[in-house]
Amino acid sequence: MPMSDPTSSEPAPRATDPRLAPESNVRFWDGNRACAEGAIMAGLGFYGGYPITPSTEIAEFLSWRLPQEGGVFIQMEDEIASLAACIGASYGGLKAMTATSGPGFSLCQENLGLACMTETPLVLVNVQRMGPSTGQPTRPSQGDLMQAVWGTHGDHPIIVLSPSSVAEMLSLTVRAFNLSERFRTPVVLLADEMVAHMREKVELPPPGTLDVWNRPRPLNPPEDYVAYAETPDQVPPMATFGEGGYRYHVTGLFHDQDGFPTDSPPVIDAWMHRVFRKIEQNLDLICSWELLVDGEVYDSSNAQAGLEAVPRCDLLLVSYGCSARAAVAVPRERARTAVLRLKTVWPLHERFMGDLLGRVPNVLVVEMNRGQMTREIERLAAGRSRVRGVLRYDGEMITPAHVLAAARELS
Amino acid sequence: MNERTAPIFLKYLRPNKAFPTVWCEGCGIGIILGAIVRALDSLGIDPSEVAMVSGIGCSGRMPVYVDFASMHVTHGRALAVATGLKLARPNMKLIVVMGDGDAVAIGGNHFIHASRRNLDMCAIVVNNMTYGMTGGQFSPTTPTGDPSYTSAYGTIEPVLDIPALAVAAGAPFVARTTVYHVMEMQRIIARALGRKTFSVVEVLSNCHTYYGKMTGMKTAVEMLRWMKESTAPVTLAPERRIDKMPRGVLHDVERTEYGEAYQELLVRARADRARVVAAGVPLP
Repeated sequence: MPMSDPTSSEPAPRATDPRLAPESNVRFWDGNRACAEGAIMAGLGFYGGYPITPSTEIAEFLSWRLPQEGGVFIQMEDEIASLAACIGASYGGLKAMTATSGPGFSLCQENLGLACMTETPLVLVNVQRMGPSTGQPTRPSQGDLMQAVWGTHGDHPIIVLSPSSVAEMLSLTVRAFNLSERFRTPVVLLADEMVAHMREKVELPPPGTLDVWNRPRPLNPPEDYVAYAETPDQVPPMATFGEGGYRYHVTGLFHDQDGFPTDSPPVIDAWMHRVFRKIEQNLDLICSWELLVDGEVYDSSNAQAGLEAVPRCDLLLVSYGCSARAAVAVPRERARTAVLRLKTVWPLHERFMGDLLGRVPNVLVVEMNRGQMTREIERLAAGRSRVRGVLRYDGEMITPAHVLAAARELS
Repeated sequence: MNERTAPIFLKYLRPNKAFPTVWCEGCGIGIILGAIVRALDSLGIDPSEVAMVSGIGCSGRMPVYVDFASMHVTHGRALAVATGLKLARPNMKLIVVMGDGDAVAIGGNHFIHASRRNLDMCAIVVNNMTYGMTGGQFSPTTPTGDPSYTSAYGTIEPVLDIPALAVAAGAPFVARTTVYHVMEMQRIIARALGRKTFSVVEVLSNCHTYYGKMTGMKTAVEMLRWMKESTAPVTLAPERRIDKMPRGVLHDVERTEYGEAYQELLVRARADRARVVAAGVPLP
């Protein structure tokens, strides 16, 4: 479901009540509903959560919908327990998710580290609100970007996706599950109050057309199973607890390939390299983005054509999540403006982005924080283009007018 | 290991993986591990049906040694991880091993809500009245006045009664035993494992290395003697166990188990789904 220009002047979607047209695959949903339904489409089997604004509706929808599909919904005592329960459920063979926001996301960091260390597939949704602390619960923000990447202690790889529309709340939730299963890693869906609470048209994928990936399963019998084996693609097959006689050890300590604790520097070093390699050697699959140049939309399938088109522009906007909605509207007002809209905000495809950033003189990073992505883009531009941030952090949305004003100041 | 015990240990433990244990010589946790596997054997439970989950601390190292599906998770969170695992694999027999700090200090909230929720699992709280792994700091169960490495002038904090907390929060089966009373411990753990409820077994254990050293009981033997002399069966008349900690099964009632309640909820959800579909309303 590509979303090239969410602010275009299409007529507002109608047919809001599916009972009027039961055969229609068009829905008028808010982002939290789309996330919940996307999770079910991806095969969600377990949701453990704790109410917190502005993510609560995800739990509300799933408390109703997930049992209808035979899955487990449980309201835990806090967000620490919510993510802990997801880890247990994932080793029990279910696709697991929790959704939270700001303060709850902070509480999740402890067990996010456990999920990284134990290579547990799960999806952690953070509907960002303003922080720090209680902050402003009903206002959008993108202040948790670096927390999503580095919030838990220690070096670790992680995947972070950021939806810009209600349609992407669905499609990127599915993608979050797919990537988490394919690479045995926690995936953070970094949404925000704006995309979570607004209503937009969503086209449901026709039944049977959705690409759903599942974790690699062991081919070895239990006696030959090596829980964290070095495999060609670096992703160890994952046996389900209590199924087929696989009995193995899982620990938050550094461990050897059998899963048992170790303090051996070469074994720890090998683990670190493997878990980073499994992400870094698959950036083409993990990193998704849209590049808008002269009304054309490029993505990873025609990246080279996009790179060749970009030099026609003198300004590149880089954005993601709710802020990207302002960025993609700018080219209508300002010629020679390209927009890179990131859907995967971590890891960044450094080779592609380095190449891209060297092809335009000016780059504006549009985001609702004090420049968390801007500094990454500056690093990747490595002095070949002038990088500035268009930043807002007062709880109001960035508008195309803000971006245009910043663009005028460049010349 | 003798001829009688060897088959049990080979069946339930991982003799080639991680032994000898990390625990100090004479530590009570090994006695508890032995009682757990003998209790499982007495019930004829296959190791492939069992999962052991633990938190952080000396007791947290127990799952390394058992040949089950085993998880050693974050400090205090063992019950929360076990909750997700049990709901995903309702047929597994879950044993959650925690220390006193693990279960009722950092994990106190999870302990309360696991007791309240009553999901079928056996929570074994190894109460050695100290933080052993970090070197002998006072815990919520350290007797008031005792010195420790963080209470140089004696702890001024009241003691948390773990079984009382579990009962108050709703756990239907609550027991206390000690590593001195090995056969009693084995019988109680077997009884807890045989139930389909959230069961709490507090086992007083000896940390002579830290707690004992600070309180004048420098050997395992001295600490075991203290457990023998300072506890009494709860079945004794109260006037015969004055100033002694009651041990045995302290609380045993019937309550709806969470997993069973969830199965009933699923029946209602399926009926709701059928009603919605019959009305011609698309589900998503």
